[in-house]
Order: sequence, then structure tokens, then C-alpha cells
Amino acid sequence: MKAYDVAELALRNLRESVLRNSLTTVGISVGVASLVAMLSLGIGLQQLANRRLAKSGLFDTVRVTSRRDLRNLSREGGENGPDAAESPPLDESARQRIAQLPNVGEAYPEIRFVTELRFEDKPHLTVVAALPSSARANDAFDGIEGRFFSSDSAQEAILERSFAQRLLGESPKPAANDSTPVTALLGKQLIMRYGERTALPSSSAGSAPTDTAYSVTARYENLTIVGICDLDPDSMRGQSRARVFLPLKLTEGLHVMDPSNLRDTTNVPGRSPTYSALEVRVGSPQSIPAVEAAIKHMGFDTFSLLDATKNLRQFFAVLDLFLGIFGSLALTVASIGIINTLVMAILERRREIGIMKAIGATDQDVKGLFFAEAGVMGGFGGALGAALGWALGHIINGGTNLYLKHQHIPPAQIWFVPWWLVASAIVFAIGVSLVSGLYPARRAARLDPVEALRYE
Amino acid sequence: MTGAREGKGNGSIAVRTDNLCRHFRMGESLIPAVDQLSLQIRAAEFVALLGASGSGKSTLLNLIAGLDRPTSGSVLVEGKDLARLGRNDLAKYRLRTVGMVFQSFNLIPSMTLIENVELPLRFAEVDRAERRDLCQKALERVRLGARLHHRPGELSGGEQQRAALARALINHPLLLLADEPTGNLDSQTGAEIMNLLEESNQSLGMTVIMVTHERSLAERHSERLIFLADGRLVDDRSAARNAGEVR
Repeated sequence: MKAYDVAELALRNLRESVLRNSLTTVGISVGVASLVAMLSLGIGLQQLANRRLAKSGLFDTVRVTSRRDLRNLSREGGENGPDAAESPPLDESARQRIAQLPNVGEAYPEIRFVTELRFEDKPHLTVVAALPSSARANDAFDGIEGRFFSSDSAQEAILERSFAQRLLGESPKPAANDSTPVTALLGKQLIMRYGERTALPSSSAGSAPTDTAYSVTARYENLTIVGICDLDPDSMRGQSRARVFLPLKLTEGLHVMDPSNLRDTTNVPGRSPTYSALEVRVGSPQSIPAVEAAIKHMGFDTFSLLDATKNLRQFFAVLDLFLGIFGSLALTVASIGIINTLVMAILERRREIGIMKAIGATDQDVKGLFFAEAGVMGGFGGALGAALGWALGHIINGGTNLYLKHQHIPPAQIWFVPWWLVASAIVFAIGVSLVSGLYPARRAARLDPVEALRYE
Repeated sequence: MTGAREGKGNGSIAVRTDNLCRHFRMGESLIPAVDQLSLQIRAAEFVALLGASGSGKSTLLNLIAGLDRPTSGSVLVEGKDLARLGRNDLAKYRLRTVGMVFQSFNLIPSMTLIENVELPLRFAEVDRAERRDLCQKALERVRLGARLHHRPGELSGGEQQRAALARALINHPLLLLADEPTGNLDSQTGAEIMNLLEESNQSLGMTVIMVTHERSLAERHSERLIFLADGRLVDDRSAARNAGEVR
């Protein structure tokens, strides 16, 4: 029998017992919907985590330090590249060479120091860090009150919320319980007191800088508070994390001396600035090993959190597997429904099968007919289920975001239904239905026509 | 598709059975429905199988139709031993060589008449466009041209049997096998069906084997009467001779 005849007869037969077949199809669709819903949740959560991590800059960043750095002396040997004594300085030329490596987006100096900030004549000691303009995409600034820096050299500051609350004389507590809104600080002035390091002019040559001495001059910088962020873009640093952020170019130009940094106290500032550490942004986490190897080959030490992303991917693969298994349970129940429906159809249509065999239908024709019926139910059930799963996803996503809003947490897309999941779900539903149809189809095909014709 | 010969046959053997046995196991005992039966039916012959209930008429017809397999012996149709055919070949044999008419019509109730008649053509993979035309003509031949889209439940017994006959003839079979075709019909309608069977035999040259209880009908329309009892052939005579003896 030709394929279109099989399909036509299958559809006809399905229409004959429309209620039972519709209920079976709904059963399949519920199974597929639960599978789609579970997997969409897994995919959505994975994407959310990936987005957050990508925006945090933790997993696409390599921290580069010089081997000359006193902090790294204990790590001698076992690394690629030259020994600490022979390793090059981590200066501007090294920064430019690193920035030109393949897959490197940008390389900027890590500037962080402890300093005093005065607000309304009250001093506050805290850690200040410089941020490049690319940090604007960091998820820490997603719910920023106010705005990001207007330029890389603007005299502006962004405060971490707990520090802002400290400035207002409050103890840090959840944002929902704020008595005074921290937004009151926006536009207000903050005075930063810092020590500027400058090389001393040589006594013989007059203006040429010496390489043996430097001076530290107390300076003040007026900063306008432009933003307050909820999360801490520097959160991985624990106790030493920064509470106040300044634009990178502005901070570089201040030549701030960090008294807590031993290297700063022993090195004389030269014509070309040297850095204690560089932050290197890489195009994608996959490129990190190659970039790290290239930087190590240049004679520097590197550190990244790539291994953490590997573990994360592994975790989500296992989560997807478990969610998929739970989702498939409903589909398994649905497949039993298909077997039941088709076995019932064989009993009901026993005589009809006998007639078809008596007038020339082969075993293949009968088998094909039952297969097609199972496949059609699977196809319809799969399509309906994918649509149901999609709708269910939207409802749960909406409900979750409503709850998050109630808890004053920014909304998140925890649900994602990719097109390949929809296509796979339909194909999977057809596949499961065909497998479920195997036994009934075989049973129908093997019916003895004489026995079947006797059946009333 | 193997078509029936035009006009009466050339006397060649259409069906031959040799020591044909079909035994059924019923618990401990073995029932010989057809027992050591040997006969020959010539091409284009109209044969009636007669006998009491349980004499083995329908079993013999099923064996010739390829619906059942012999316990031993052989059934040869056009030289082919049906016992040696595989399931698929047997289905093709039923499709192309045999047309069957049953006492209970055996039309599929959920299908219209044209769909019922179309079914063997679907199995024979005849093109859709050609199919509709063939079915329409077949139903018009049995005077059901106006009932193409009616379901069997909407028709009388006679009309249903005519539709079943149209379905049996649609693939131009060599053998037309009828199992009590008038059993569920009144005498007038039965005669009408018998006329159609006879017409198929006469004009299309089809070999017709009919199982019936109605001796008079068999005598009137068939050329040869085969009597069975307990699965064995007890008498085989021409209808003309039989008619003469009765007279």
C-alpha cells in the first residue's frame, strides 16, 4: 500500500473513534509537555547561570601577575616560561602585547587601594577599585540606582550599597527595609584623600627622574556619586573587596600609592607604568587555556576560574538528565496509553482486519496502518505537548517573576524553549508512539483471517 | 494484475486439490474438517459446493481462497501450490487471483461503498485518479451508481451483497469464491445475486466456486455440484445431470 493511502486510512480510522483517540493524544501531549517543561527549566536555569557568570566577568577573565612580584616568589618552578629573576616587568608594553594576543578583548591594570573617603566631613576608610568602561555590562550594574560612569576619566564614583548605607549612618540591611533611600546620595560629593607617588627628579640632571627615590604627596580628589549598585562586581575577593568604584583612566592618572602593597613601597615609578596585576578579558571561556598558555610563555603568572565553569557545565548536564528522566516518566505513562488504545482498536476492528486480509492486505499493510495510527497520535500529541510545555513555561516564568518582584529581586528568565527542543520533543513523541505501536501492529498483522472473520 | 479471461475458459484446470486435509484440534480430539479431498475444477467453471453444516464446504473454500492452510495435501491454483506460498505471497494471491463474497457481506461499516470497493485497489497500489473511476464503474455495473457515498448500514442486504460483489470483482480475479452469498437474503434478492454471479462467470470467464445450502439455486445457476459430508467428497456431478435425475 502506498504511503499516502496508509496515512489516509490511518486518519480515517482515528476519526472513527475520535474520543478515545483524542484522549490518548492528550495523554501523549501531557507527557511531552512535562518533558518540554522540565528540559526547558533545566536549559533556562543553565542559560541564566551562564549569563550571570558571563556578565560577572569571573569566567572569561585571566588575572596576570609578574613573577617578580614578591607575592609569587613561593611559586618558583613548575610553570612555563622564564624564572622569576629573568621574567619581564608587567609594564605598559607587556599590557599592550597581551592585549594583542588572539581572543583577548582587553587587558587593563588592576588598581585597588585602601584609602580614606570623606562624606559630609566624616572620614570612612575603605577599598577603592578602578573599573574599565567594559564593566558596564557586568551584572552587578543590572539594577544600578543612578547610572554608570559618563566617561573613563570622569570624576565620578559608584558605591556599593552597604557602603552607601554606611555613609548615611545606617547599618547594612536588606534593601527592602531601608529607612532612607540610598538614592539620596546620588549627585553628592565625596572627597578621596590619597597619596600620589611621583619619581624624584635627579639631583644632577635636574628634570630627569631618578630610579632610586620617589615622593608621596597627599592629594584630594572630588568625586560625584553617580550610582549605587546592589551586587558587588568584585565579590570573589572576600574581605578585601572594593566598596567604591572609580573610572579606570581617572584612577590611573592619580598614581595612587597603596601602602598595603609592598611592591608599591619598594618600586620607583618609571616613565612607563608597571602594574601589580592585569585583568585580561577573553572572548569566550573556551579560549582561556590558550590565552593563559600564551601569557605564561611571555613570563607571567596567570589565574582563572575556568575549572569552576567545567564543574558548572557538568552540574547542568546532570540536572538536565534528571529533569529529562522525570519528564519522560509522564511520556512513558502516555506510551502505555497508546498501547492500550491500539490493542483496544485491534479487538474492535478484528473483523475489519480479517476483511482486509481476505481481500488482499499483506501483513505489512496491516502493520503499517497501525504504525501510522500510532505515529499520527504521536505527531499530534507531540505538537500539542510542545505548545502546552511552552505555555506552561511562560506561566511558571511569569509566576516566578511575580514572586521575585514581590521579594524585590530583579526578574530573571528561568525558562527557555529552544526550537530544537520543540522539534526533538515532536520527533521523540512520534518515536515513542511508534515503539508503543510495535506490539499492537505486530499482533494485528499476525491475526488469522479466518478467525478474524468469524469474530462478531 | 492478472485479469480473468474473456468468455468461457479453455478447459484447463483452474483449481486442483490432492489428498487435501484440514484438521482442527479441539481439546484432546482432532476434527477432520476436510479429509483426503481430491478434486479438479476447470477454468471458467461454475461449481457449487453443497453439504450439511459442518461438512467442510467453507473450510474447503477458505483453503482455496488462501485464507487457511492445509494440514496435509495440496491446493494448486493455476499450477501454484498454495501450501508452499509465504504469508506475503498468499496475500498477493488473495489480492490478484481471488475475489471473495461472504454470507454476511463483510463490508467495512465505517467506510462508504466506494471506499469499500476501493480498498483492494489501494492494496494493489493503483493510482488514486484511476481508482475512483474504476470503483464508480464497478458499482454502476451492480446498479449501485447512486449509492456511492452511502455506508453499508444505510443499504439493504441485497445492495450490500451487490457492493461486496463489486469489491470482489474490482481486481478482475481468476477465481470468484462465494460463501453462502444468498444466505442472508430473501429469495428474490438471492436470485438477483445469483444472476450477477452467473453473469461474471459467463461474460468474464471467471471460475466461480460457491458454497450454498440452497440446492435449487445451485442447480439453477451452476454447472457442477460437489457434495461434501464429513469433509469428504461424496458426490460430484454436473448440474444438468442432476437436474435430469430430479426430473
